[in-house]
Amino acid sequence: MIGHGGGGKLSAELIENVFLPAFDTSPEAELHDSAMLDVRAADRLAFSTDSYVVRPLFFPGGCIGDLAINGTVNDIAMRGAQPIALSAGFILEEGLPMNVLGRIAEEMGAAARRAGVRVVTGDTKVVDAGLADGLYVNTAGVGIIPEGVDIRPSRARPGDVVIVSGPIGQHGIAVMSQREGLEFGTEILTDSAPLNGLVGAMLDASTDLHVLRDPTRGGVAASLCEIADAAHLGIEFEETRLPVPPEVAAACSFLGLDAISIANEGTLVAIVPPHVVDEVMAAMHGHEFGREACIIGRVVEEHPGVVVARTAFGASRVVDLPLGEQLPRIC
Amino acid sequence: MKYLDEFNDPVVARQLFAEIERITTRPWAIMEVCGGQTHSIIRNGIDQLLPDDIHLIHGPGCPVCVTPVGMLDKALDIASQPGVIFCSFGDMLRVPGTSRDLFQVKSEGGDVRVVYSPLDAVKLAEDHPDREVVFFAIGFETTAPANAMAVHQARQRGLTNFSVLVSHVLVPPAIEAIVSSPTNRVDGFLAAGHVCSIMGTRQYGPLVEQHGVPIVVTGFEPLDVLEGIRRVVAQLEVGTAELENAYSRVVTEAGNVAAQQMVEDVFEVCDRQWRGIGEIPLSGWRLSPRYADFDAEARFHVATMDSPESSRCRSGEVLQGLIKPHECEAFGTECTPRRPLGATMVSGEGACAAYHQYRRLDVTADPVPVTLSGVGGG
Repeated sequence: MIGHGGGGKLSAELIENVFLPAFDTSPEAELHDSAMLDVRAADRLAFSTDSYVVRPLFFPGGCIGDLAINGTVNDIAMRGAQPIALSAGFILEEGLPMNVLGRIAEEMGAAARRAGVRVVTGDTKVVDAGLADGLYVNTAGVGIIPEGVDIRPSRARPGDVVIVSGPIGQHGIAVMSQREGLEFGTEILTDSAPLNGLVGAMLDASTDLHVLRDPTRGGVAASLCEIADAAHLGIEFEETRLPVPPEVAAACSFLGLDAISIANEGTLVAIVPPHVVDEVMAAMHGHEFGREACIIGRVVEEHPGVVVARTAFGASRVVDLPLGEQLPRIC
Repeated sequence: MKYLDEFNDPVVARQLFAEIERITTRPWAIMEVCGGQTHSIIRNGIDQLLPDDIHLIHGPGCPVCVTPVGMLDKALDIASQPGVIFCSFGDMLRVPGTSRDLFQVKSEGGDVRVVYSPLDAVKLAEDHPDREVVFFAIGFETTAPANAMAVHQARQRGLTNFSVLVSHVLVPPAIEAIVSSPTNRVDGFLAAGHVCSIMGTRQYGPLVEQHGVPIVVTGFEPLDVLEGIRRVVAQLEVGTAELENAYSRVVTEAGNVAAQQMVEDVFEVCDRQWRGIGEIPLSGWRLSPRYADFDAEARFHVATMDSPESSRCRSGEVLQGLIKPHECEAFGTECTPRRPLGATMVSGEGACAAYHQYRRLDVTADPVPVTLSGVGGG
């Protein structure tokens, strides 16, 4: 159990027994107030932070630990950057079983190794029982943006193609299936995964990617709405082209949700110019996290700022930013 | 996927659209009673693809939308009381009472929880014997059996810390009220399939006979809705008025007898206020005296609370099919899903919310097909 250590000894024990082994830092490493990063020949850095308050801490296919690594890795990757270092901050609730913290730290270490990035600095604080739902995690990270890469929402152009890298809605449904008062049987696992490798493969195919987004909260709908808004352009897509796994469609059907508004943690939305689509799609299909990538629509000049879906029957509807979170705290 | 894909098939849909077009010779107004059907129609754009002569009127069948503001205020009052765990279906949380909603109560420290099943609320009461657990039992005949079962189980388990705030409503009296109204313009009805799965189809025969309106029991997937419309139009065109069941994979004439018995044991019929419409005689269920111990209104002393409706919200006219949502002056300006004046703008099944979500932009007047050929990949 985590006790109220008031600093010194407890923190030292946690670092030595839990975090250093999990994050592959040798016990002889010189511990300091901050990490030192070597960033030779980097003109531009991507820098991002995110806090993780998901409940429950463990859900089908993942936990708050790997989510906290993948989430920040992906935020950095959406600039086209390769992450070089992460920080991890923990707010621990008094009474949290030590083995739970250990498992989460191990999952974080494993996720960082999978993404090819190191956790180089961290912090822990302990708060009174009842204040932090077990634990909260914050991660931040920096990555190097390769030369010639300029990825941001306002670069979308009319005629650009909208790509989704894989099945949508799995993370949100996996977490919801475990929530108190809402348990339902499902085989759906979170899609939580680091996307920096996939982005690297896409950039190898063409550096002329216009926009990348990580459709987490609010799902693909929110990402498309934000891109349309930032670029002052319209986006149209065909509903039948959305890669919605049958289990997600079924869960959405009985929960009254729309898969396009459900959170993802290992899927990206890409907006690319038509002349590089073939190369980029081929690169995605050759990567483990892009095997099911598909084109769903395109950027248009009409209806600026608005996303329109064509239904299976040929009618159309506006796709809106989801209004807040009906079932909060999925990441 | 079984039971989803086969009722979304675009090829069959095109055949049904063509058939409806072929048999329609003059204007007809058809009301889909249930909010789930409204959502399916607007989301899939079914109304855009029907012949101009077919007018769909979105009925009062969204339980969240018709729960009266007074009942909301009672819920808000109870949820704010110390020691209470207030359980509700998720879409009630943003429905405005007179001055706030359940989300606000939650943010002010109230213990408001979303449950998917009322039996989860019973479990919460068992797990928290030191707390008062209240379940907001709303809905049509569809949700009533599970809500009744929750009360029944709570009594069997001897729980004294569980109670229900009941605001159940019934479909047949609402249809009766609509067809009897001097302003009625509905020629035929799509009855709500899930309600009929519980209650059977028998209650609708007398409505068909007395008022000469066709009623077709209809499901919720796009092809279900289209088949319901086709059958209503077919009857109207030849001048017949019959009760038909187009949802026979779920609905039988007798319905679910065990569920009906559970409901009859726990509830009794009462007059009920409908938000935006007013009181409809014998149109609701309340707890029967046998279960008076579980009545949250009595336990928390809110039975006599009364609240006036917003004067600016025209949801009553929307719910009766007298205006379309966007014909209300407040639509999209004073009244949005973020700041709703009335409940039809809140629930995903509310007609105003469906119009706001899917139809704000009139891109449908001259649909241009999206062609993705020539861009490679996918």
